[in-house]
Amino acid sequence: MNVVAKTETGRALGDAFAVARDRLPGKGKIADQRRQAFEAYERSGLPHRRIEDWKYTDLRALMREVLPLAPAPDAAALGRAAAAIKLRAIDGVRRLVLVDGAFAPDLSDLGNLDKGLSIRPLREVLDAGEDALSAQAFASDTSNPMIALNGAMATDGVVIDVANGTVLAQPLHIVHVASGATPAAMFTRSLLRLGRDTGVTLVESYLAGEGAKAYQTHDGLIVAIGDNARLDHVRLVEDSVDAFNISSATVTLGAHAQFNTFGLTSGGHVSRYQLTVTCAGEGSNVETNGVNLINGKQHADTTLFMDHAVPHCASREIFRAVVDDRAHSVFQGRIIVRPDAQKTDAKMMTRALLLSDDAEADNKPELEIFADDVTCGHGATTGALDESLLFYMRARGLPEKEAQALLIQAFVGEAIETIASDALREVAIATAQRWLQARA
Amino acid sequence: MSLLEVKDLQVRVEEREILHGLSLTVNPGEVHAIMGPNGSGKSTLSHVIAGKPGYEVTGGQILFKGEDLLEMAPNERAAKGVFLAFQYPVEIPGVTTWNFLHAALNAQRKARGEDEISSPAFLKKVREVAKSLNIPQDMLKRGVNVGFSGGEKKRNEILQMALFEPAVCILDEMDSGLDIDALRIAADGVNALRSPERAMVVITHYQRLLNYILPDFVHVMSKGRVVKSGGKELALELEESGYAQFEDAA
Repeated sequence: MNVVAKTETGRALGDAFAVARDRLPGKGKIADQRRQAFEAYERSGLPHRRIEDWKYTDLRALMREVLPLAPAPDAAALGRAAAAIKLRAIDGVRRLVLVDGAFAPDLSDLGNLDKGLSIRPLREVLDAGEDALSAQAFASDTSNPMIALNGAMATDGVVIDVANGTVLAQPLHIVHVASGATPAAMFTRSLLRLGRDTGVTLVESYLAGEGAKAYQTHDGLIVAIGDNARLDHVRLVEDSVDAFNISSATVTLGAHAQFNTFGLTSGGHVSRYQLTVTCAGEGSNVETNGVNLINGKQHADTTLFMDHAVPHCASREIFRAVVDDRAHSVFQGRIIVRPDAQKTDAKMMTRALLLSDDAEADNKPELEIFADDVTCGHGATTGALDESLLFYMRARGLPEKEAQALLIQAFVGEAIETIASDALREVAIATAQRWLQARA
Repeated sequence: MSLLEVKDLQVRVEEREILHGLSLTVNPGEVHAIMGPNGSGKSTLSHVIAGKPGYEVTGGQILFKGEDLLEMAPNERAAKGVFLAFQYPVEIPGVTTWNFLHAALNAQRKARGEDEISSPAFLKKVREVAKSLNIPQDMLKRGVNVGFSGGEKKRNEILQMALFEPAVCILDEMDSGLDIDALRIAADGVNALRSPERAMVVITHYQRLLNYILPDFVHVMSKGRVVKSGGKELALELEESGYAQFEDAA
């Protein structure tokens, strides 16, 4: 038997589950799945640096305490959440709001649903005992301790179904807000199922209400993209600089499906985003791009697992990190090309820009190729801003910070440009500019 | 008052002294040519005037309109009216020429306490200048100098000179890498900017450039000093006899 020494934090989490388990929604099969997931989590406990995948993000060292489950938001909490949402409102989207891990219908746009679109809170699905749907929402990789923990503890989320042939003109926007009532942990899980020939744009953002500081967000997203369907996905992490955000997305593509995802992390004290994408249908196409803009003592980790399981699929990754002060950026990208996945075309390029001597960026691209007729490549660079460019710009009158800002914008621009929607690209640019203005 | 006064300037780069007490006085409306062999310190002088990091001034001073230029950051010097046209203009991928010029012009105006220039007014101004220099509009939409030919890069420098309207322009080896036609276009651009208020310092290795930009004064540099000064006829003399006669004088 594998005996793992547990930290205080690990034990506290066990206690939290023991206390919470009877109050967690979902009975019977779901309760069993939760218990199994928790046992899977318990076998390793909080992941630490001696586990290869967590080498650069040692949660045992970083996550010193587990906070109690957030209580259901009261009127004051909802008010603070509404104010935070207003500050970061995106025009023209259908907003779906989770406050302190609970779906907030009053802050969400549930009216006039398009034909073929169904949106329900996860808690409602669990309470209704819809086993098949619940089981899919909770099906996940229990070999990953934090995904397992999320499965064990998730209290709410959004379940979205898009019927075959439905193309949504209006983007869906899932907003996670920590209201700041008390330091607390929230566990959410959402499910997005796109039928055949559908087209959807999903935005996810993570925000802090006024006064919200040291909270912990644990989120999981499970996505199934049907044949010939397309999902455009933009993810913005603007958590408080004291917050934890441990999230995962598990995405499966059907045949000739497309998935274009872009993530920007500028907030959070410690964040880890684990994205697993599986090309399960031939001829599918994946673009996963991202930007980290971090400073202070922030730690931001994007860990990608790109699984080419079938032939004739393509994937592209462009990742940019801008790291200032003592911040630490991590990008791990693993591409696996299975024996059958001939004619795979997979490329990954990650670049980091260090703005201070104490900044750290770890880039770990990995290729595991088991098929022989493929085009695969990866590259990684880390460096500082080019002094000769800075001098040229300053000699033209730009103060140093402004010159740096232009170069940083150009550096992250290549990744931001991959966002298909003009409006959402502008949102990402504005978010990056806020970060740049804050450091000027 | 002189526009630019370089007094007994001594400069080191990594423990090696490059300029050993160089003096130069430039008044409004004057065009000075600085000539000299490779390694005489011509480019070092231009870099130190513009404020490039990596040079240690160990003695002397540079005054611009009576103010101590060496105390100012490069961007402050630019806002005051010092312009360096680079020998090798850099490429800045991802930053369009438009954006760059607009941001730089506004930064200069802001530093001088002037209002920022609006986009339409800026657009009009850049278009006029670009047209006069034969710079196609689509070049302005590209990354700064990205994919530009040598001639285009130099024209882009002159475009900026025209746009920023500096008081003193330092042209560092403007002719390097230019064929005769490109050189003529660039020189015409510079000549159009000559005015009674503005001074030019033309740094060049060859006399050729001075056929197009006629200087009022010619200075010969050798081994980190000005070893001879004179009128434009000095340039012709150099063309005949070369720099060797001055090597000993230094």
